[in-house]
Amino acid sequence: MAFGAFAHSTSDIKHKNASQKTGKIAWILLAPGLAYLALFFLAPLFSLIAVSLGSIEAVSLANQGFRYGFNIQNFAQLGTDYLPHVIRSFSYALIATAAALLISYPLAYFIGVKLRGRPLLQRMLVTLVIAPFFISFLLRTLAWSQIFSNESWIVHELQTLGLLAPDQYIIGTPFAVVFGLTYNFIPFMTLPLYTTLEKLDIRYLEAGADLYASPRKVFTKVTLPLSMPGVISGTLLTFIPMAGDYVNASKNFLGSAHTQMLGNVIESKYISEHNMPIASALSVALMAVILIIVGVYVKRTGSEDLL
Amino acid sequence: MNQNSTFSGADLELIDVRKEFPGFTALEDMDLKIPAGQFFALLGPSGCGKTTTLRLIAGLDEPTKGKILLGGKDITNTKPHERPINTVFQSYALFPHMSVLENVAFGLRQRKVADPLAKAADALKLVQLEHLSARRPQQLSGGQQQRVALARALVNRPSLLLLDEPLGALDLKLRREMQIELKAIQVEVGLTFLHVTHDQEEAMDMADTVAVMNKGRIEQMGAPEALYDRPKTAFVAKFLGQSNLFIGNVEDENANTISINVAGNKISVPKARAEKHKGKIAIGVRPEKAFFHEEEPKLGAGYNLIGPGEIIDIRFTGVSNQYLIDIPKIGEITVFAQNIGKSPVTQVGQKVWVSWKVEHSFGLSDLPEKTTGA
Amino acid sequence: MKAFDFKKLILPFYAVIAFVFLLLPIAYTVAFSFNDSTKSNAQWQGFTLNNWLQVCVRQGVCEAVGSSILIGVISTLIATVLGTMIAIALVRYKFKAREAVSLGLFLPMATPEVVMGSGLAAEFFNLGIGQGYLTIIIAHVMFCLSFVVVTVKARVQTLDPALEEAGRDLYANPRRVFMKITLPLLMPGIAAAALLSFALSFDDFIITYFNGGQTVTTFPIFIYAAATRGVPAEANVIGSAVFFLAIAIVLFVQIRSSLRNTRLAKLK
Repeated sequence: MAFGAFAHSTSDIKHKNASQKTGKIAWILLAPGLAYLALFFLAPLFSLIAVSLGSIEAVSLANQGFRYGFNIQNFAQLGTDYLPHVIRSFSYALIATAAALLISYPLAYFIGVKLRGRPLLQRMLVTLVIAPFFISFLLRTLAWSQIFSNESWIVHELQTLGLLAPDQYIIGTPFAVVFGLTYNFIPFMTLPLYTTLEKLDIRYLEAGADLYASPRKVFTKVTLPLSMPGVISGTLLTFIPMAGDYVNASKNFLGSAHTQMLGNVIESKYISEHNMPIASALSVALMAVILIIVGVYVKRTGSEDLL
Repeated sequence: MNQNSTFSGADLELIDVRKEFPGFTALEDMDLKIPAGQFFALLGPSGCGKTTTLRLIAGLDEPTKGKILLGGKDITNTKPHERPINTVFQSYALFPHMSVLENVAFGLRQRKVADPLAKAADALKLVQLEHLSARRPQQLSGGQQQRVALARALVNRPSLLLLDEPLGALDLKLRREMQIELKAIQVEVGLTFLHVTHDQEEAMDMADTVAVMNKGRIEQMGAPEALYDRPKTAFVAKFLGQSNLFIGNVEDENANTISINVAGNKISVPKARAEKHKGKIAIGVRPEKAFFHEEEPKLGAGYNLIGPGEIIDIRFTGVSNQYLIDIPKIGEITVFAQNIGKSPVTQVGQKVWVSWKVEHSFGLSDLPEKTTGA
Repeated sequence: MKAFDFKKLILPFYAVIAFVFLLLPIAYTVAFSFNDSTKSNAQWQGFTLNNWLQVCVRQGVCEAVGSSILIGVISTLIATVLGTMIAIALVRYKFKAREAVSLGLFLPMATPEVVMGSGLAAEFFNLGIGQGYLTIIIAHVMFCLSFVVVTVKARVQTLDPALEEAGRDLYANPRRVFMKITLPLLMPGIAAAALLSFALSFDDFIITYFNGGQTVTTFPIFIYAAATRGVPAEANVIGSAVFFLAIAIVLFVQIRSSLRNTRLAKLK
């Protein structure tokens, strides 16, 4: 699967004597796809910047006129009106990433290391790990929102046990949103972890134990460092979509007015209020943060290993 | 299939062929002629340019300059699929998505030859694999795959068959068996074989002519016996079997021989077996042609004699014993003695002299990097 | 000895719990596809097969699925062709700016959907292109492309260049080498990429919502819109059916390749 690719290293097949001619063929093969990405991925990012610097004038309440310009004001609002959303986006994503890592690591270790030598079982369990991807993202989030709904058995029991006050519920709390984020992106964490742990040479662990390391030491000094590539790519793969997500935090799913993230603001500004400059400014800011994270990652691993 | 007339090879000629890659020259202005019907071996260590040569002939790479002629026709700019040349690849390169039979029939189908499957089945019979024709290549052993690769190339009746280390992936026993089989098939079908290998035994065993390659050029070419008997460069002397080499200035000369002086020892070589007759030269002898003596022998002019020295190591290898003898100021010399029941009873530390017939010496055109030893 | 055995059971036990957690909402969704609900599908009302038997009768679910399939098939076709070409170029050819190309392909996978969605929408707005099927398909090809490249590239890397050279050596011209050797050998990778691409397209909500979700109702758009008033059980039927189909395909592929491996091992 694609996500595992982040944990792989590059090709070991030698590139045989590429001449000028083959370079030309390469560009013929690359051109259509790259042009497509330039047109519909790169150019839109610049469109975002252009729109984010524009402004709108209320012609009427329903019909707003858009004007290009150089309006830094949109970005200034990031530090004022939308600061809570910025903080929520990144803190929810951070906590949910950590939770996903804690849940995924033992699972990936179990499948990748403990079940070594039983490839069919390994593959079946990996299939189960990615099974949530096979059911609609919205449906599985909706399922949780109904499992945790205010009328649900769980909430009722928790209230009876006194763990929740009679007027306290789960839906609409930061916990519910973080829970949903964690659940929805766990496969993105487990898969790269599994790919590195599956290739981990058990002899290293045995050597560690042979050299008087306790099981705990073997784990912290041998297993964990060797699985770092998987940890890094898993973290990256979960954090980014989490930070930009707005379905989990949406009022119709697991969130409430108090859990709105950046994505929710972008959606409502763009689609309900047609305030494209603000929405674009928020997108640009989100992208800038992501680019910084990716930049650090590329510096650490090199861009050849990206794909 | 067995008639030579329908299956005769063409002669191959490389004229001044050069191949440069970014940063290094893989092949330096090579001239080579392989007569039709020959089993020709290119022998050399990895990186010597032998595989590059093969790829240029197959058309998989283009030479930087020079010409390649096949049967007198210039094929330098002919595409690989238009050359009447086939290759047995090092990794065999059997198509994993086709049956063995379809693999063998592939070339025939491309050229729209009638009855491709029947002809492919015949070719599989030649390599005794007709019973496995429905299998996939992955389901065969290494030796079987090798034979399928051979059948897949042979069935096209190419003018020239290229073999790129075809036995390299097989274990020693199977390799020796396949050598015999390969040679038998070549004799049977009578086409030109160009075999690339780094295994000197393989090359000498099978080929009519061996070309020893080093650093992008051919060092020496000839029949295996001639190459072994009279290597002309230090590289050939050491790559093809083992040699003891001695360096000194030519100080004496008569009608038939020249002699050098090495630390007071006179070592002679027949003029006809020496590449250079003046100045500082290297003279060599094969370890199995040298003998050692526990007492200083009285030998005539027909012998070279050096010593005394000391045996510093004895290695038992079955058919022979290998003695390492250290002679002061000359260095270490290797002598092989056959285990034929009367090999000298000696031990490490024994004082010995080493001798060999002058006619077994050979004089090199260049000097080795290190002075003596095997 | 007993304590040791107990320790050994911790990890398998944990794995069971983790899988229950992972699969619970799926089980819930499947179960509620059989709910005899009239308006809201939030409370269990009783078992019925009607939602499955008459999935297309009410609610417009099937129209939405139809749109999703149409968009998925077209986007997948385009993305697979473009992505396969790039994957071959990346593995087989040396060219300048290789690093930049890798980065350019990686970025779409590392960009939050909300950014890609709003960015593309801003571009369509700037260019004055009206939203609809076309804009959705353009968007889907864009985000599927990188995933196709990654998947096919892994396959190209396992392909021995000597196989194509053998083809050329055996009188096949470049076009036939591609059709008879390269393409068949890449097929498993291309098929996997196409399946992944279709799955991504079929399940995409965020980007679709920004680029045509107001005019075209895909299956996820349908669910999102219905979420305010209650998602009908028919949506669960579709979701469950897609789930079982996908699982069946994956299991089939896995068991087949596993059987083939054991058979190979026996033959050797």
